[in-house]
Amino acid sequence: MLFWQILIDGFAISALYALGATGFTLIFGVSGVLNLSHGAIMVAAAVAAWAAAGLLHVNAYVASLIGIAVGIVLAFATYFIAVRPIQQSKRIAESEREIFILTATLLWGIIIQELVAYLYTNNAKTVLPIVEGVVTVFGVRTPSNEFFTAAVCWVVIGLLWLLVNKTRRGKAVLAASMNPRGVTLLGIELSGIYLTVWAVYGLLAGIAGILLGMFLGVSSYSVGPLTASAFSIVVLGGLGSVSGSLIAAYVVGYLETMTAYMISPAYRSVPALLLLIVVMYVRPQGLFGRR
Amino acid sequence: MEYKAAALVACSTLALALPAVAADPIKIGVIAEAQAVAGSSIGPAAQLAAEEINAKGGVDGRQVEIVVYDNHSSSAESVRAFQRAVSEDKVNAVIASYISEVVLALEPWAGRLKTLMITPGAASDVITQNIAKDYDHLKYTFHGYLTSSALAGLVCDAAKDLLVTPLKMKSAVIVSEDAAWTTPLDAGYEACLPKVGLKVLDHVRFSPDTTDFTPIFNKIEGQKPDVMITGISHVGTQPTVQWKSQQVPIPMFGISSQATNSTFWNDTNGATEGVLFNAVSGPGVAVTPKTLPFVEAYKKKYGNVPAYSGYTAYDEVYMIADAVRRAKSTDSDKLVDAMEKTDYIGTIGHVAFLPKGDPHVHGLRTGKGYITGLMLQWQDGKQLNLWPKELANGTLKFPAFVKVATTR
Repeated sequence: MLFWQILIDGFAISALYALGATGFTLIFGVSGVLNLSHGAIMVAAAVAAWAAAGLLHVNAYVASLIGIAVGIVLAFATYFIAVRPIQQSKRIAESEREIFILTATLLWGIIIQELVAYLYTNNAKTVLPIVEGVVTVFGVRTPSNEFFTAAVCWVVIGLLWLLVNKTRRGKAVLAASMNPRGVTLLGIELSGIYLTVWAVYGLLAGIAGILLGMFLGVSSYSVGPLTASAFSIVVLGGLGSVSGSLIAAYVVGYLETMTAYMISPAYRSVPALLLLIVVMYVRPQGLFGRR
Repeated sequence: MEYKAAALVACSTLALALPAVAADPIKIGVIAEAQAVAGSSIGPAAQLAAEEINAKGGVDGRQVEIVVYDNHSSSAESVRAFQRAVSEDKVNAVIASYISEVVLALEPWAGRLKTLMITPGAASDVITQNIAKDYDHLKYTFHGYLTSSALAGLVCDAAKDLLVTPLKMKSAVIVSEDAAWTTPLDAGYEACLPKVGLKVLDHVRFSPDTTDFTPIFNKIEGQKPDVMITGISHVGTQPTVQWKSQQVPIPMFGISSQATNSTFWNDTNGATEGVLFNAVSGPGVAVTPKTLPFVEAYKKKYGNVPAYSGYTAYDEVYMIADAVRRAKSTDSDKLVDAMEKTDYIGTIGHVAFLPKGDPHVHGLRTGKGYITGLMLQWQDGKQLNLWPKELANGTLKFPAFVKVATTR
């Protein structure tokens, strides 16, 4: 019973982590940007979906689409307001750009977080679930929404794989993540690739945020922990490695779920963070890192 | 020479006339959580009371002025706001916060800066226990909301009348967030639940950061209690939504501060259907003749219904104004004396403070004739009052997934 419980709950939460971390690692792989406004964008998308349902009285599907749109708009805003001006600035030394971008995205995330809290209070919101009710699997009563969440996450990750590996645009993105200079030598505009990646990122973060809002609920307090969990998953899996992130998401998701069930929900995130420290000592490039 | 004399006369007349024309306003500082549902009503409700008092000519010709400080739910920011309120903005009294940790941090400052402070929403018993231990220094603090142990008593009384007697419930699990206000609450529950006939099977305390309540609900379900007795305030939406989405078959009954707010139905997309929660007031429940007019005026001005701390904050402005009127002064010591003699019918009942010598000095008197509290239930988007019977406007009803003892 406990085994199945952990297996099912862990699978859903891990799938959600995987989706959230994929966008995060994609941005890093292609443009070297560690986007610390990640959690804020997820939360803003979820709160937008909640607000749309409440204020405009639209159904769960339309509300989710509005939330995803907000995620994409915010991803572009992050790129154009916080990232690109620093990348192109001649007054900031090349060697300092990364730290400037890191700080800028962190502050940008805090701005979004405070705006959400100011407009909609810091109390948690939940997005209208698309699937309601429960199903009993192996004696475990599970909300149907958990299966829906896991399914959507894997479909989206699958589509992303197709995009990257089977389309011309996607292959260019993949190439840029391996060797940006090589791509420019082939006559492909890097700025165009960046735009594509940020759009995909916004889509992924938006979907992940909304699913999280349906599954567990989000508040402006979730911003920090969400960024931190995406960050640790990505570091654990190896910065820039999408498959590494997916595996790391499952490692973290199951570690957390097992801790919550077998020790106490209060220590949920501790073992995963300890593992991260161990990996940093033993294999600093992460489990599947290339750099 | 004549000009000079005339000018002198004019000046002195002006100087004499000034205090009468523009008497110093009575300034009340409000330190509250503008971004939290439970705290966001405090400032607006105080403002509403001040405007009503001023419209009727103020307090002996003095206007009441509210100065609001957002503390971002932080004790450190609250202490800074308190210092600024007293030393720069020269407030005469402070209404502060719904968070016990914040009020406990401010309590010594109210003593040091000798400024009257009253909380409209914090619940920890330690606030009044501190005053009892060191009355001379801490007498400036008043507890304008029920203490946790008083709340526990009211929840037990309601549980007896609503769950034990009619539904034959026998066992309970206490579920509360780990915070200053729940320590005495849980102790109170442990003591009074067995007395009303509910055996306490377990006691679950969880971190207020918890986002996934599945393991907690699972554990509780395994113990097969008839009811979960709650103590939650910092959290609310997430456990409620997950209770519904996981269809946990055990009713939730107790304190759920966020559920007192009218927006809770939307925040939870209706998952709060069937949740039972203690409150000092409810929509449409005329606890006193002042309750409904206040709610109407608040709705008209702000477009929503106040949270529980809004009712108390509104009353507290009136109580402070009344104390100033009786003390004929804004001197803090005289104000404390006058506040101690408060005998006021507010929106939540008959307000009087416990006297010096009581272990909960400056806490509210509770029980018949004073404040009794209510037990409300969310039903179909509305908060209906079920208890006490004479103020009830609805009957107990659970969503289909909740299995009540008698049907098991």
